Amino acid sequence: MKRLSSTGIVVTVLVLVVVVGAVLTAAEGRNFFSIGNIRSILTLMSVLGFIAIGQTLVILVGSLDLSVPYVASLTSVLAGGVMAGQTGNVLPAVLVALGVAAAIGLANGLIVSRLGVHGFVATLGTGLVISGYLATNYQGNHGSAPRSFRLVGATQVGPVPVSWLIMVGCALAAIWMLRRTRLGHHLYAVGGNPEIARMSGIRTWVPVVAAHVLCSVLTALAGLLLLARLSVGSPTIGSQGGYDLMSIAAVVLGGTLLAGGKGNVAGTLAGVAIFAVLDNVMGVMQVNPFLRDVIRGVVIVAAVAVYARREIDRRPAPFDRPGARTPSLQEASQS
Amino acid sequence: MRSRTLKGAVVASAAALALLTSCSTDSSLDDPDAAGDPGGGESSSSEEWFVQADFDEQMEQMDATFEGDESEPWLQYIDGDMTDTSEFADDAGGKKVCFANASISNPWRQTGWITMNQQLEVLQESGVVSEMETRDAQDDDNTQIDDIDYFISEGNCDAFIISPNSTAALTPAVERACETGKPVVVFDRGVETDCATTFIHPIGGYAWGIATANFLSENLSEGDKVVALRILPGVDVLETRWAAAEKIFEENGIEAVDYFTGADPAEIKKIITDELAGGEVQGVWMDAGDGAVAAIEAFEDAGVDYPVMTGEDEMSFLRKWEDTGLNGLAPVYSNFQWRTPLLAVEKIFAGEEVPAEWVLPQVPITEGERADYLAANEGMPDGHYAKFGGEDLPGYPEVWQDRVIP
Amino acid sequence: MTDVLRTLAADRREPLPAHVGGPGARLLAAAGTPGGFVFVLVGALIVATALANPNFADPGVLIRFLGRTAPIAIAAMGQYFVIVSGEFDLSMAAVVTTQVVMAGNLIGDDSSRILPVMVLMLLVGALIGLVNGLATTLLKVPSFIVTLGTMLALGGLVRYLTGGAATGNPVDEFRQIGRGAVEGVPVVDVIPYPLVIFAVLAVAASWLSRRPYGRSLVAAGDNPAATAVSGSSVWWLKTRAFILSSLSATVAGIILVGYAGVHPSVGQGYEFTAITAVVLGGVLLGGGRGWVLSAAAGAFALELLFTLLTALEVASTWRDTVQGLIIIVAVAAAGRAWQAGRRPRRTPSQSPQALGRTTTTPAAGTDKRENT
Repeated sequence: MKRLSSTGIVVTVLVLVVVVGAVLTAAEGRNFFSIGNIRSILTLMSVLGFIAIGQTLVILVGSLDLSVPYVASLTSVLAGGVMAGQTGNVLPAVLVALGVAAAIGLANGLIVSRLGVHGFVATLGTGLVISGYLATNYQGNHGSAPRSFRLVGATQVGPVPVSWLIMVGCALAAIWMLRRTRLGHHLYAVGGNPEIARMSGIRTWVPVVAAHVLCSVLTALAGLLLLARLSVGSPTIGSQGGYDLMSIAAVVLGGTLLAGGKGNVAGTLAGVAIFAVLDNVMGVMQVNPFLRDVIRGVVIVAAVAVYARREIDRRPAPFDRPGARTPSLQEASQS
Repeated sequence: MRSRTLKGAVVASAAALALLTSCSTDSSLDDPDAAGDPGGGESSSSEEWFVQADFDEQMEQMDATFEGDESEPWLQYIDGDMTDTSEFADDAGGKKVCFANASISNPWRQTGWITMNQQLEVLQESGVVSEMETRDAQDDDNTQIDDIDYFISEGNCDAFIISPNSTAALTPAVERACETGKPVVVFDRGVETDCATTFIHPIGGYAWGIATANFLSENLSEGDKVVALRILPGVDVLETRWAAAEKIFEENGIEAVDYFTGADPAEIKKIITDELAGGEVQGVWMDAGDGAVAAIEAFEDAGVDYPVMTGEDEMSFLRKWEDTGLNGLAPVYSNFQWRTPLLAVEKIFAGEEVPAEWVLPQVPITEGERADYLAANEGMPDGHYAKFGGEDLPGYPEVWQDRVIP
Repeated sequence: MTDVLRTLAADRREPLPAHVGGPGARLLAAAGTPGGFVFVLVGALIVATALANPNFADPGVLIRFLGRTAPIAIAAMGQYFVIVSGEFDLSMAAVVTTQVVMAGNLIGDDSSRILPVMVLMLLVGALIGLVNGLATTLLKVPSFIVTLGTMLALGGLVRYLTGGAATGNPVDEFRQIGRGAVEGVPVVDVIPYPLVIFAVLAVAASWLSRRPYGRSLVAAGDNPAATAVSGSSVWWLKTRAFILSSLSATVAGIILVGYAGVHPSVGQGYEFTAITAVVLGGVLLGGGRGWVLSAAAGAFALELLFTLLTALEVASTWRDTVQGLIIIVAVAAAGRAWQAGRRPRRTPSQSPQALGRTTTTPAAGTDKRENT
């Protein structure tokens, strides 16, 4: 317990939330672990999960992405339009969605790294640009997904939705990328301290751009999943979910430093799961929707506070922190 | 340590690969959950909101005769196809109702939600309904789809009431609810399927647009300018209001400019102030009355004559309308429809037939009727709606005055 | 503490370009910095708007425009203090809404309650700021998350307690603060009270930012470790910034009750509008750079932009796009200008010592925009 890693703490919090949730659900005369309930939680996790994985990469490299809701909406209407209900169009639609998202990510990354605009402002800006485009060109729902594509959103293996499995697959791929590839290490290095990263020969803009592209592409996957679930493209679906702030909250809840350079995807998934369980339990208990926001707000701050306190206690021994690979990584914990 | 991470990475990537391959096999499986109507979803391209047939139908319905007692408008309907509900007839009572609500994020929905809960109290007392479990999607389609699926598998529901967040997106989920064989009541915004036992709604957005635009056109002359204040784009019940009004303004040579306000009074006041700085404005049209007062105050502050104006039956507008004496109309998107779903459930379990499409009256409040509605709703908060239809329910008027939201 | 800073200041090797030359040259140099450029931008936007809509050039119209922009400018000045100290305040909109609804429900029709309720509102505002500040500084939760939490909690609580809608508008005397004006002024005809309030607060904020507090705060944003070493308690500096921010949102709320009336959506989007205004004013996100009056000017620039778009009859749906593009371009340009106007960077040869603890060297602060 004493040497619990940050991810360990998040997982502990998650277990705690699950236990409390199970008890409260039982008090309502329901079974928390029933197939329907587990499926509901995992479904709620899927969309935010994709986006939060991407957001983790962007935050790790020291930036932010506030454009995610609009990217999700845009990809959902674009893909829906290309599909137009035809199974044969699924592949081109997916490619269009991912391609457009990658281009947006590229733009975000270049604005942040080459023009030197803070990620908050850059992506707020691109988000507004996309939002104007959506409002002008899509009045209401657009296009439709064929049945074959809708199955992605509706199929389960036991209680586990396929969409959740894909999301976890992406998470594992991201974890692998962060741990095993040069790009992953550079991402941490640039996020930890761009100056030092630059001096040690890293072209600092590369990881920044890569993280933004990956984030937008993962967000496009979320948009495609939403298309599969809704069966139509919706120009407002991203804003409906409030995915910008919630994904950032999930990332920080998962133990990733908002300043960048330290954190991991597994913690983010646990953060997303905490939100999903919280929402699920509040739904079962029929908590007043206004009070739900109050509880969400308090839980976010309280949970991050628990984690942040631990960080302070751990300060004296920075070197055996997990993920601390290069000296520059330790820097991040000080900021 | 290093070899462990390496092993972990190999396992991770192998697992990812396995997952990706396994899901492709899964998707070819025929899953009953996904059994939607494959033909239904292929119609929509970029939707233009104006549909002439719907416009004409609602125009006719505005003059239609409504069946039923005029003092209980929430039970009135236009004669049409009826759904036979004898299969659901059951005297046992104590039914559990599951309500998937889109949200209570605006005063109109809040007022209706309060009324619905008071109606629930009546039915619980009479023993028809044992309880109503509600899931609130907080304006998110994705959440509401999950809410409905949760009800189907976990809710132990005897009947479903669904107030869809959006039309096309919720269609498959409503169809899944229908497939349970339990009665399904849809109200307010519709879905693209007629599988529901009954779909309850006031006449509709076109009727709103027709009533308001005709009123403004009659009271203004050709070439006059109307500022249209709209809440947000993309919501069908709001878009059709504007689609109808825009067409009528065009026909009558009224110049109309539209803005999205997010129902924020500060935004509304800015828009009107800017418009007044740029020239005269003779009329104001709103797709919902929320924030109407700010629009009127902008005219006061600019020191110009009041416009001809259409708001809504929200108390703030009715009060300001009376104070200023401006020439106006309060269109109504009948808030009393929130009573109807539970009463429909009562009828369904009694085996009484219900209209397949339950079109409720939607009559604007005119200047002549205003005083009556103001008197009847004295003491209600500004966000209350005059035609809420809950005067005979328990808790009246305190529950609405204090806005007790469960 | 002041002495320490003065000594530090005296120790500087080269003056900033903006500090060289006579008044004229300095003015020109100032206009070249992001914080100065925003004033040029405001001027240009006023001219452009007046060209697009000649009515706008009418002093009476212009002064009313300035009056209605006052609450955003006031909020932007509050947000400035938080941002310049290296933090964020996302709870601003929720604070505005809270105050608006409180005014509506607590004052009601009773004008004798105006004063006590206003005092209460200010206390509540200060309390929210205190909570934000303490959670950020003592609990070490990033301010982005703290104020996101406050935003959710406060917004939900207000709606829960009021059933989503306020009872009604408070008495007209109270609303005069935001709606009324000093009448019979030559040339401009009226001076709206909000503009008067803004002017007073702008003077106060500008004074405050020249005081040791303001300077330490900027230092804390630029380089918290060095500020701590120099003897300032960073937590209390930052906490006061959060209190200032919430108080400014409170004042904005009081004005908005008058201007627009009570409604739960009054103030929506204020957090992003205020942050955007601050950034347009050339203040660096991440802290350490920027002038408070530039933040206020950023608010005016932003609102002028909206007005210009209206005057040009840009379709309402495209406005977001134009706004987004302009924010990006303006901030990119501002970033360049800070680089150009900045004191020459220390040579890389000094960096090896910095390697271990870069956060304590001034060079790190200049790259703060990379670090939220």
